[in-house]
Amino acid sequence: MTLDWFLVVSALVFCIGAGGVLTRRNPLVVLLCLELMLNAANIALIAFARMWGNVDGQIFAIIVMVVAACEVCIGLGLVVAIYRRRLPIDVDELRELQG
Amino acid sequence: METTAWLILLFPLLGSIVLGLGFRIWPARVVGAVGTLAIAAAFVAALLTTFSLQDRGEEQRQVVFSAWDYLVTVGIDAKLSILVDPLSMFMALTVTGVSTLIHLYSVAYLSGDRGYARFFAYLNFFVFSMLLLVLAANFLLLIVGWAFVGAASYMLISFWYRRTTATAAGIKAFVINVLGDVGLVLGTFFIFKHSGSVDFLTTFARAPDVFPKGQADLTAGCLLLLVGAFAKSAQVPLHTWLPDAMEGPTPVSALIHAATMVTAGVYLIARMHPLFERAPAAADVGAIVGCATLLIAGTIGLVVTDLKRVIAYSTMSQIGYMIMGVSAGAYVAGLFHLMTHAFFKALLFMAAGSVISAMGGEQDLNKMGGFRKAMPFTFACFVIGGLALSGIPPFSGFFSKDEILLVMGEQGGWKWALYISGYIGAFLTAIYTWRMIFRAFFGEPVEQARELEHGHLYHAPEPFNPANGEIEDTDVGFPGPEHHIAETALSMKAAMGLLAVLAVVGGIVLVPKTTTWLDTFLEPSFAGSSVVAKPDDSLLVLGLLLGTALGLLGVFVAYTIWVRRPGTSARWVERFSGLHRLFVHKWYFDELIDILVVRPAAWFGRWGQQTFERVFVNGTLIGGTTGIVRAGSAAVRAAQSGFLRGYAALLLFGVVAVGLYFLIQSA
Repeated sequence: MTLDWFLVVSALVFCIGAGGVLTRRNPLVVLLCLELMLNAANIALIAFARMWGNVDGQIFAIIVMVVAACEVCIGLGLVVAIYRRRLPIDVDELRELQG
Repeated sequence: METTAWLILLFPLLGSIVLGLGFRIWPARVVGAVGTLAIAAAFVAALLTTFSLQDRGEEQRQVVFSAWDYLVTVGIDAKLSILVDPLSMFMALTVTGVSTLIHLYSVAYLSGDRGYARFFAYLNFFVFSMLLLVLAANFLLLIVGWAFVGAASYMLISFWYRRTTATAAGIKAFVINVLGDVGLVLGTFFIFKHSGSVDFLTTFARAPDVFPKGQADLTAGCLLLLVGAFAKSAQVPLHTWLPDAMEGPTPVSALIHAATMVTAGVYLIARMHPLFERAPAAADVGAIVGCATLLIAGTIGLVVTDLKRVIAYSTMSQIGYMIMGVSAGAYVAGLFHLMTHAFFKALLFMAAGSVISAMGGEQDLNKMGGFRKAMPFTFACFVIGGLALSGIPPFSGFFSKDEILLVMGEQGGWKWALYISGYIGAFLTAIYTWRMIFRAFFGEPVEQARELEHGHLYHAPEPFNPANGEIEDTDVGFPGPEHHIAETALSMKAAMGLLAVLAVVGGIVLVPKTTTWLDTFLEPSFAGSSVVAKPDDSLLVLGLLLGTALGLLGVFVAYTIWVRRPGTSARWVERFSGLHRLFVHKWYFDELIDILVVRPAAWFGRWGQQTFERVFVNGTLIGGTTGIVRAGSAAVRAAQSGFLRGYAALLLFGVVAVGLYFLIQSA
């Protein structure tokens, strides 16, 4: 079993995630797609760890999961806060922060 | 001897510092005593130094004392050193002696002025600067003293700084003096380039080897030194500051503009005589300019109506004699005239101050008259000063002026022109001097004089500026109501009396065929002089007779015009109206300088402000920089749109682009 297929899957998932981030306007879906991108990276990390027979990549993947969990916490918190203030749930509408 | 020599400099400096730092603390009595005693102590120190100098052999009467190294770099070795020789001691004695008397006079004259302590601090600083100038043993220290004197004169001329005319006069004097400083510094460079030393004695010793006679660089250097001398000594065309400087208090006029500062140029030429003798072209320029000055100033003196300005133009004229003398090799004669002139001109200024006090600040001769009975002492002093100035025997000015002209005549050649001009100048001197005396002291007594005869001093109802009649406040820097002291104060009388005695007997040091004290004393300083003049007895007798005759004739002419037949002068003004206008406008020198220097400079300044600054500095330099920053930030601001997805796309494509770049590079 070669490394290539793992990396292909990883790249596909990453591209799907990136495409979602760029195209979707709902912040929930954007967060979802971000998770996809992170997990694509995780697949690649674990594939490399397996190839080298080394646990460093797995540890790294777990750290990425922790970071992803934190990020989702904050992201969902923001989405709830937006909803509570009855603002539009749309990243394109929320653009006051500009030059 | 070394200690006393340094003490000459130290006393005035200490006096200046003590008075300057404590100008709020010291009571007037202390200020006057400290200021006067500091200069008197310097005079005593100069006397002691001179005595120990005279004890030495004639060959060893040029001594240099060094305190510390002032500046030592490659090729320059300038020490803080003073040169003690007969010439510097002669100057130091004249400066400190006359200054002591002027300080004594100021004690009374400025009493009641709010700036009393300030005045004495300035005055002491001025004497210190002048002594530094005459004692300096190298060019650097000379330049320092030279610049200090200019600064001190600025402070003293603008002493009554609430008067706009006084501050303008101070600025004018300072600017012209700085022009002279520049000349002096550049001249020093020219000389240093060849001699390789800034030390006087070393430079003079090397001069015969490094400077062939009439060498171009030396001539240029000496001409630049002359610029410095002309600016300081108020010679044409750098003389316009001197009459304006009469805005300062009268003791300042006596000290700076008669006795000491303006003689610095004479001293400079006398000190540099080994160089000037090797640059005859420069020396001739000095002699001709001196001669022109003495004639121009004499003619202006005939028509000026401001009492102090008449004396100021007379000073210019007499300095012209000195510059002419020392430039043409009559060193001893020039310095002799410097000394006697210091006596009688300080005396004249003091007497004029007394008259001005009695007039309540008024300086216009047209408003004066008949002070003879009201102020007999001042009148006597004025007459003595006037006789000495117009060269009537046996007063001091007679001997010194004729001595200069005698040397001119002895040298012969084109210097006969200088000789004749000198005697024409002497005739003019007698006329304007006695015009002043006859107009101020003779004729119908004016109201102020009559009041004084009854023992009551005239006070102007309101303080005013005599130059333009403006009413002024007395709050800062203007004499208060008790300023008017005329001749009653004892210290003024003492100073004037002593100077009057000196003005009478001062000529005794060098009477032709009788005494040669000054000659002998100054001999070591001018031992190397190559000027040869064959003594000519018939010329001597002719000169003495001519001098006496012209002096007396001048007095007689003045008497005829202004006393015996009043109204003659008005008729003459009508008849020679063109000439009169030329003289009243001071030969249009102010206007000439205005057109040649001031207006182009002002035009250039306006151009700089309106064109250069606006277009280049503000437009290109500053506008260009701000424009670039502004355009750059506008571009960045546009990119910050607030579209989250836009940022994400930028990030993603950026990372992809960087990744692609490295992939292509590594392939």
